[in-house]
Amino acid sequence: MAFFGIAGGLLGLFMETLYWCKDSIRNSDKVFDQLYIIGNQTLPVGALIALFSGGVLALQAGPTLAQFGLEENVGGLVGLSLVKEIGPIMASILIAGRVGSAMTAELASMSVYEEIDALKTMDINPVRYLVMPRFIATVIALPVLVIYMNVIGWFGGAVVSVINPEVHLSFDVYYRNLSELVDFTAVMNGLIKAMFFGIIISIACCFVGLKTKGGPREIGYSVTKAVVMSFVLVLVSDYYITRILLFLNLD
Amino acid sequence: MEQKLQERNTTNGDLLDPMTSKEGNGSGRILLDYLKCAAVGVKIDDLKRSFGDNNVLRGVTLDIEPRETVVILGKSGSGKSVLLRHIIGLECPDSGHIYVAGEDINDPDFKKNHVLAMVFQSSALFNSLTVSENVALYLREHKIFSDESRIKELVSSALEIVGLQNKEDILPSEISGGMKRRVAAARALVMNPDIILFDEPTAGLDPMMTRTMGDLIRDLNDKVEITQIVVTHDIDLAFYVADRIAILSEGRILEVGTPEEIRGSTNSAVIDFIKPQFE
Repeated sequence: MAFFGIAGGLLGLFMETLYWCKDSIRNSDKVFDQLYIIGNQTLPVGALIALFSGGVLALQAGPTLAQFGLEENVGGLVGLSLVKEIGPIMASILIAGRVGSAMTAELASMSVYEEIDALKTMDINPVRYLVMPRFIATVIALPVLVIYMNVIGWFGGAVVSVINPEVHLSFDVYYRNLSELVDFTAVMNGLIKAMFFGIIISIACCFVGLKTKGGPREIGYSVTKAVVMSFVLVLVSDYYITRILLFLNLD
Repeated sequence: MEQKLQERNTTNGDLLDPMTSKEGNGSGRILLDYLKCAAVGVKIDDLKRSFGDNNVLRGVTLDIEPRETVVILGKSGSGKSVLLRHIIGLECPDSGHIYVAGEDINDPDFKKNHVLAMVFQSSALFNSLTVSENVALYLREHKIFSDESRIKELVSSALEIVGLQNKEDILPSEISGGMKRRVAAARALVMNPDIILFDEPTAGLDPMMTRTMGDLIRDLNDKVEITQIVVTHDIDLAFYVADRIAILSEGRILEVGTPEEIRGSTNSAVIDFIKPQFE
């Protein structure tokens, strides 16, 4: 019963948020504020994670491919892995951990300290005022973050491929292979996933935050719950989104 | 709905202009002129509410006249705040009704015609907004005035009335609990409400600040003649601000009367409650 309650609550909040997106232009300042916060919190860490993820992919795959004389395919392997799976998943984990947790903490604190009630007494819809800007900002920011992390990850893979004596590729060969294998469909595949992950993370984190009751201990509990829920939903939905994209010949 | 709210509020808009204001001298006067409240009464009819096995409200019936300040007095856990949350519409009763100016507060059209404001015990200010942004929130979100200078004028006036002029640009985290409570009162005032509800307005405040809050509630009653409902367990405050006092005990109204009538009550529960704690 609890599962259906949560699923229904998430769906209800999602539908209400979609409805209030009609007011997004009027609330564009709040959306930009959220985009700024997301960018500030994720870009430096995202760059670091992507650089080393691309590097470790090249480090693991490069020597193995070199044993079979296929080392010039490192660029394609790193590129496709990042674009289709690792990029969207890592960006989602980063957003859920850094931004989603902050969203939950803020909304949970507002619930506990009667600020949500104050909004209601002022006839200001909390979903319009608080959830919708976070939702739109996350759905926009996550695909952008994926592109940003992909580009840096590719570079990390290139650097390792060039300096690793077991692979020893030139930048030119690496990027030529990458551009041959990573096409527009593959990039769109990752971006579609990122968009869905953005929806899942923002709705899950806002839902848990708004439902928080009690005191400071419950705020902490809600943050943990929201982050875990986001991780689980992102990873489970990744499988189904991939299946759907395969079915639609977009993979 | 916002258009109706706008119409409702801008009927007093000219008074904001110091040139047309009758007494447009002090900044605080601007808000007082703006607050031309529709005098409304409240009728609470056999209100019942339970949380699980806990029957918090067991049939509360109370009539509040227009322009009256009624204090609901009761010990902690007697259901005072729950009653207030029902009046403002944050909770739905199991049975019973609340009427404001004859309209049920749960009617879909109620909020189009009436504005109720509440000063929360925790103040409930938004920490990410400055003091003036907190006070202006309602006006901006409902686009009551298209002219930003009018909003600023009204906000300054409200802050002057609560004694917080020159605090516009600081964050709630930088002010004391008493100041927060006064900012919350200013935020409620700029809504031009029909009724203001105060939830434990003096809880956690020092005696000086308690007096200030008491004066504010009395001034609103004297100068604006707004209907006010104050929930408290502070007996001194209750006798200081109330036109009438309602004693709430175990989910029921035990007695209602003027402060003098309550002082002269022969009900032993009322006598026990209002007698000085230390003699």
